[in-house]
Amino acid sequence: MSEYKGPPAADPGALGVGTSRGGSAMLVAQSGLAPRHGRAGGILGGLGPLVRLLQGWISTYFSLLLLGMMALAIGLTGVQHGVTLMGEQIKNALVLGAIYALVAIGYTMVYGIIELINFAHGDVFTASGFYAFGFASLFHLDSLATGSFGGLILALVIVFPLSMIAAGVTGALIEFVAYRRLRDAPRLAPLITAIGVSFLIEGIMLVVEGPDNVTTHMASWINGEAFSIAGVSVGYTDLFVIGMALVLMFALGAFVRRTRLGKAMRSTAQDRTAALLCGININRTISATFFIGSALAAAAAIIYSINYGVLKWNIGFHLGIIAFTAAVLGGIGNIVGAGVGGFLIGIIYVFGGSLFGGEWSEALIFAVLVLILTFRPVGLFGVEVTTRA
Amino acid sequence: MSENGQSVAAPDSAGGVDKVIDLREIDVYYGRVNALSKVTLEVRQGEIVALIGSNGAGKTTTLRTISGLISPRTGEVRLFGKTTRGMGAAQIARLGVGHAPEGRRLFPRMTVRENLDMGAYSRGDRAGIRTDLESVYTLFPRLRERDSQLAGSLSGGEQQMVAIGRALMSSPKVLLLDEPSLGLAPILVDAIFEVIREINAKGTTILLIEQNALLALKTAVRGYVLETGSVALSGPAEELIASPDIQRAYLGM
Ligand SMILES: Nc1ncnc2c1ncn2[C@@H]1O[C@H](COP(=O)(O)OP(=O)(O)O)[C@@H](O)[C@H]1O
Ligand SMILES: [Mg+2]
Repeated sequence: MSEYKGPPAADPGALGVGTSRGGSAMLVAQSGLAPRHGRAGGILGGLGPLVRLLQGWISTYFSLLLLGMMALAIGLTGVQHGVTLMGEQIKNALVLGAIYALVAIGYTMVYGIIELINFAHGDVFTASGFYAFGFASLFHLDSLATGSFGGLILALVIVFPLSMIAAGVTGALIEFVAYRRLRDAPRLAPLITAIGVSFLIEGIMLVVEGPDNVTTHMASWINGEAFSIAGVSVGYTDLFVIGMALVLMFALGAFVRRTRLGKAMRSTAQDRTAALLCGININRTISATFFIGSALAAAAAIIYSINYGVLKWNIGFHLGIIAFTAAVLGGIGNIVGAGVGGFLIGIIYVFGGSLFGGEWSEALIFAVLVLILTFRPVGLFGVEVTTRA
Repeated sequence: MSENGQSVAAPDSAGGVDKVIDLREIDVYYGRVNALSKVTLEVRQGEIVALIGSNGAGKTTTLRTISGLISPRTGEVRLFGKTTRGMGAAQIARLGVGHAPEGRRLFPRMTVRENLDMGAYSRGDRAGIRTDLESVYTLFPRLRERDSQLAGSLSGGEQQMVAIGRALMSSPKVLLLDEPSLGLAPILVDAIFEVIREINAKGTTILLIEQNALLALKTAVRGYVLETGSVALSGPAEELIASPDIQRAYLGM
């Protein structure tokens, strides 16, 4: 019988690991990165109190520190390379961040409801990009989209829903085939299975799409400069990418807050047993969660394709891990957090690159991941983390 | 008084439909741990039945088995005259079983109102839901005041009210209450039991687990005493109260 003592009365404290029910606390326990309270042994023994003080301080002000460092990076870029390049990079960061945000939401929703890091999610992103490419070829959408404005709208109205549904079915199918029967198994089993599914999808894409970059032609769909400020040219593509991501995220927020299925998802994430007692069909709710997360990954993939114009069998691997970091940054399980985290990671990626060179971008992202897990495992938004009881 | 002691309600033929809950010799295991063995128990239409016993006796497991959260290895659970074999917990809830579980299990990051709404999740009758919400608020005026507060931030007593209220929102035919008084101040315990009687007076059948055996037996018409997974005694509540064994073991007399 699980010892349920009711939800924690208040914020478990700055470190946020005071509750055994915290999803991220779990994550930290797994990664072995949890701060060890009162066990500062060895050489650091005498420094224990000081270390703890510093640790507590960093944890409390983690968000401020991170945001401060990001502001500093943006400012430094402006000083070093000029305001125009800084503006250009802000734009790039938002575009990239929009894609990370949409993908991060899929990780966070799935983690929130079944406490699984769905490693296959990044590959669902890639697969959906190829789905969209397939639909575009099948219905000759390239000529339609580039022909007229009405044609472009029609092409978008065709490619988005079709790809999102196909991706949603893929995601729900993965859950049904690979994860469902492992739901009550030890945590490591579904985790390793997820890695297996990831390899499987990548393998299929490698065989079907080949080892090289695949040009999707979707980069030609939207063209032209919308406006320019301070020498920074903002294209219609940029506006489309950021706008589309925001619209989808707000739509998801409203869906989860207001609809019956959305409420079923939230309650299942918070207490599966209680959800069952309310008559909620858990399997269907979890399938829906995978469906929606994967559909958003598809939207991200189309946006990616329209913005960058190329796909490759393994792009989802890196992009997925970075988006996962965004989800952890925002507090894994927290949908709003994942959205915000996506944009923040976009900024870190782009400005880290402009300051230290592009080859450092990913190293920086993962340094941030380690720092979050060490100092603020509940993420920037702390207590709002959605976990199962 | 025997294992199938005569009851207050009229006796009926086997499988009679007035048996709301009918457990037939159920054996329940958690892995290798035998939690219930050969438990036979019934609750009839309109009754309040108390389930008492010391910690670990299997009371919670009995309710979990009725709700379908766990399945018996042998034996049969029948609800409203039909077997629940092969049914999931959600399906059983929709038959008309309201369960305020051990530990309350609210949705901590949903408001009081949202928690209550979740109780009515499977219902389509908006008018009925509104009426029931009103009556929950009438039973627990406190909840109306706390309407938009997150359930996780409520006091223990308020959480218990939400747990009972949420179970009531499904408009259940039978209500399972697992230690509704746990951790509450004595004055609140009285209030909760007053509400339990009111709910029953309006026609809802109740199966009640309660640590305070005297209070439970004073509220119920019949009682079952579980000891290490088996029914040790059962019968009309007043007979159980009068039994020297019960008095010694559970009533501290
Ligand atoms: N999840 C579980 N896993 C293993 N054993 C359990 C579990 N839940 C309960 N038990 C065991 O089953 C027995 C009955 O428990 P329970 O029904 O909770 O008793 P009660 O509610 O009367 O205190 C106890 O011995 C308990 O240790
Ligand atoms: Mg119990």
